[in-house]
Amino acid sequence: MGLLSKKDGKLILDPLTDNNPITIQVLGICSALAITAQLKASIVMAISVTAVVAIGNLIISLMRNIIPSKIRIIVQLVVVAALVIVVDLVLKAFSYELSKTLSVFVGLIITNCIIMGRFEAFALANGPWRSFLDGIGNGAGYGLILIIVGFFRELLGSGTLLGFKVLGDPIEKTGLYAIGYENNGFMLLSPMALIVLGIIIWIQRSRNKALIEDH
Amino acid sequence: MEYIELFFKSIFIDNMVFATFLGMCSFLAVSKKVATAVGLGAAVIFVMLITVPLNWLLDHYLLQPGALVWLGQDYADYDLSFLSFIMFIATIATMVQLVEIVVEKFSPSLYNSLGIFLPLIAVNCAILGGSLFMQSREIPTLGLATVYGVSSGIGWFLAILAIAAIREKIRYSNVPPALRGLGITFIITGLMAIGFMSFGGMLTGGDDAKKETKTVKVEEPANKDKVKKQLANNTEIIK
Repeated sequence: MGLLSKKDGKLILDPLTDNNPITIQVLGICSALAITAQLKASIVMAISVTAVVAIGNLIISLMRNIIPSKIRIIVQLVVVAALVIVVDLVLKAFSYELSKTLSVFVGLIITNCIIMGRFEAFALANGPWRSFLDGIGNGAGYGLILIIVGFFRELLGSGTLLGFKVLGDPIEKTGLYAIGYENNGFMLLSPMALIVLGIIIWIQRSRNKALIEDH
Repeated sequence: MEYIELFFKSIFIDNMVFATFLGMCSFLAVSKKVATAVGLGAAVIFVMLITVPLNWLLDHYLLQPGALVWLGQDYADYDLSFLSFIMFIATIATMVQLVEIVVEKFSPSLYNSLGIFLPLIAVNCAILGGSLFMQSREIPTLGLATVYGVSSGIGWFLAILAIAAIREKIRYSNVPPALRGLGITFIITGLMAIGFMSFGGMLTGGDDAKKETKTVKVEEPANKDKVKKQLANNTEIIK
């Protein structure tokens, strides 16, 4: 961390573990779960959200002294919507297939609670540089969970990772399939995303007892 | 018939929470008590009833390719659909604000019960999701859009009511400490979503000729595995 002071480094590292936006702050689950059936979609979503939350935090933080507090929600929504339109157009231009898979969930980044949550809780009260780092940290924390869920769902559900058949070919019966392994198609259905996430939370909280809630 | 079909389809099969995971943030945050869950659910139904038809009008007369034709032939090849995110969210945010003001003025008692939830709703993904799905599924008429809005809202309401009731009861159960609170709620929601999948076969018997050809295809795989596969396909398409 030569570049960053210890306090700034904490802004990035905290959301990755003990203050994770998904598992601890319960933000941004809406658009997160539906697209994790494939690892690739998860990675793209993670990058998009990180970009939007970091740049959005920066913009809101720069404007924080001139936004009247009564209409701040609308101002925030307009900033996010503008950024999301840029992300959507970039996706459509460079990877059209993927933007079809993500469909409305790119648009739903706008109402992703992480973004509004970080604007309200951090960017409105802190300077631009710190807000930018906070945005990167929270985006990365969100992305980390998304990639873990996407990894397991794609690996167990279709036996591939990023489209490569890592477990062998299910039709020609090579690799693991030769000894009778079967893909669990259930992992591709949306409810499994919730259950995988529940298990991740379980593991995380068993390792760090301080995070346990009392009902 | 069309209306009834869409109504039940959006409540049960395409349930906002269990099929598309929309509105999860408020779903998890406000589902600790049944009373508050009912308040938020009612507010969601109300706002969706207003915003989905409104956004349908915007979409059809402003945003779609060729939608500006009513201004004159010169505008026929304008395509403003890239602006739809910003238009939809602006409509929702202003409508929520407006509803808040109107309700406060005319029905203070309703305001007291709904009031605190209204600001939450502007950022509820289910509301924006309703409008975006309305757009991407190309719902043809204003009437159908209204039905779609209301029934998606009711679906969300049912979901939050159910999870709130379960969470009130689960307080007395012996859940592993690390799973308490958020973790178990996720897993229960997952199980409920699996339960809701069983509604998937509900609307396969249509009455018009076009539907019938479809029905034959769907009813053929009578055994469970194939129905599940069909479901998987459906969810893939939805995504």
